[in-house]
Amino acid sequence: MHDKRMRDKRTTLDDAVAELRSGMTIGLGGWGSRRKPMAFVRAILRSDVTDLTVVTYGGPDLGLLCSAGKVKKAYYGFVSLDSAPFYDPWFAQARTAGAIEAREMDEGMVKCGLEAAAARLPFLPIRAGLGSDVRNFWGGELETVTSPYPDASGRAETLVAMPALNLDASFVHLNIGDAHGNAGYQGVDPYFDDLYCLAAEKRFVSVEKIVETEQLVKEVPLQQLLLNRMMVDGVVEAPNGAHFTLAGDSYGRDEKFQRHYAEAAKTPESWQSFVDRFLSGSEDDYQAAVTKFHADAEKTGEKA
Amino acid sequence: MTSTGTTNNDTVDSDTVTRAEYCAISCAEIFSGAGEIMASPMATVPLIGARLARLTTEPDLLITDGEALILADTPAVGAKGPVEGWMPFRKVFDVVASGRRHVVMGANQIDRHGNQNLSAFGPLQHPTRQMFGVRGAPGNTINHATSYWVGKHSPRVFVDRVDVVSGVGYDKVDPENPAYRFLHLHRVVSNLGSFDFGGPGHTLRALTLHPGVTPEDVTAATSFEVAGLDEAGVTRDPSAEELRIIREVLDPRGLRDREVAS
Repeated sequence: MHDKRMRDKRTTLDDAVAELRSGMTIGLGGWGSRRKPMAFVRAILRSDVTDLTVVTYGGPDLGLLCSAGKVKKAYYGFVSLDSAPFYDPWFAQARTAGAIEAREMDEGMVKCGLEAAAARLPFLPIRAGLGSDVRNFWGGELETVTSPYPDASGRAETLVAMPALNLDASFVHLNIGDAHGNAGYQGVDPYFDDLYCLAAEKRFVSVEKIVETEQLVKEVPLQQLLLNRMMVDGVVEAPNGAHFTLAGDSYGRDEKFQRHYAEAAKTPESWQSFVDRFLSGSEDDYQAAVTKFHADAEKTGEKA
Repeated sequence: MTSTGTTNNDTVDSDTVTRAEYCAISCAEIFSGAGEIMASPMATVPLIGARLARLTTEPDLLITDGEALILADTPAVGAKGPVEGWMPFRKVFDVVASGRRHVVMGANQIDRHGNQNLSAFGPLQHPTRQMFGVRGAPGNTINHATSYWVGKHSPRVFVDRVDVVSGVGYDKVDPENPAYRFLHLHRVVSNLGSFDFGGPGHTLRALTLHPGVTPEDVTAATSFEVAGLDEAGVTRDPSAEELRIIREVLDPRGLRDREVAS
């Protein structure tokens, strides 16, 4: 049996987000509209934290933060809703308004930068980025490095020196975990959530359910135990906490709600009513409003 | 044209072959000789093409469900099938770096040297229209074979200069730096024909035009001069076997037609 004196890291969404400060660099796990820490993002929207630098494989997480003007700078490989209309409307609005500084990069560079941070290295060399406009997006912040080992022809390769993406805090959402920060994913893809945790100072994981350690390791194959205690500072039980993105074996994407989100972004009036209905209370209020959204749609016979 | 790999002498009534079917076999030919690598088509027509190649001349191609599973069989568009392996996103980046991959991406813009844009229109920090960002395009183009699929060939896609270089073109290659040695833009298949970058100085060159397409059509739909237009042949007919696979096995619902402007 495990030692009960181990730290109990259970906390709440709002208490976790209370450890953020304006101006911080945060990493958001998941991928596009897949297993995003949306309950944490909603908690950030409730807080007065702003001026954030966000590192992400972007989806509606980045969109929601942009809708509240909380993003100063974004490091991303892409931003996608993964289904129609594909382009996130709030990210698009922030970009076309010139409201955020974009550090756009190849998708593989995000992984590389997180790995450099995880290993406490200043950079890692990578081929991706050479010859593209990526360097121009970085305004002098992205350098190259030349190999000390020439190739067989005597020429040395010059590669992108991907800087470490060091994070002040990371937020990820997994399917199952214990009170100490051990956590596993259930489904086909871990995404990069372990790397976000390894790259960050403060690490917060929300899970669909918190169970005893013994049950966790029974329910998940060893290879899916993505996070250990050294990688986590706070654990929040947040059922449906990735909504409206998908969450592996727990649930699929709420396509109807995601379309509603994207539609609502089109005018100030429709967005205000989306905020009033879904984003002006607690996480419980949000989940209740989502349930009601589907019940109402059912009644009016709307197509899914 | 005679059919290949069939047991009888089925002939094809070319009048019944649609533009989308010429596009599908042109996309299959992208993978001719590819061997045991991962085929990563990013739209329906190239997906049909990759699976058609796998069911005919390229059985060793690896294909995925577009999410994280490597497929043992070659199912229809959108269908599930038995699995032979695991390919989550993080492992895709390992494959990219290994070079054992051929991707077929879409493009909002392509220029005559093969620079491609799927990121945004307008200035980098203040775009006029936002799309996906560069996605995996820089890493794909610098690491392994890359082709493009354009369902509607127009001067707005085939431009003099792309707004954002996400996919790297031949004029960006530094010949002194061996880090660029794996760049290979193999084909561009559009609703009008099949192209490569074998024109003077690695510029866009016409290989074949689909039946019914004239050199003038291509000229009118391209902002820059296309090499080899007058020498370009006609896209070959599909074999009876290819047609059967496209129509009955891979795309019985005709999803291919939605992606091809005619």
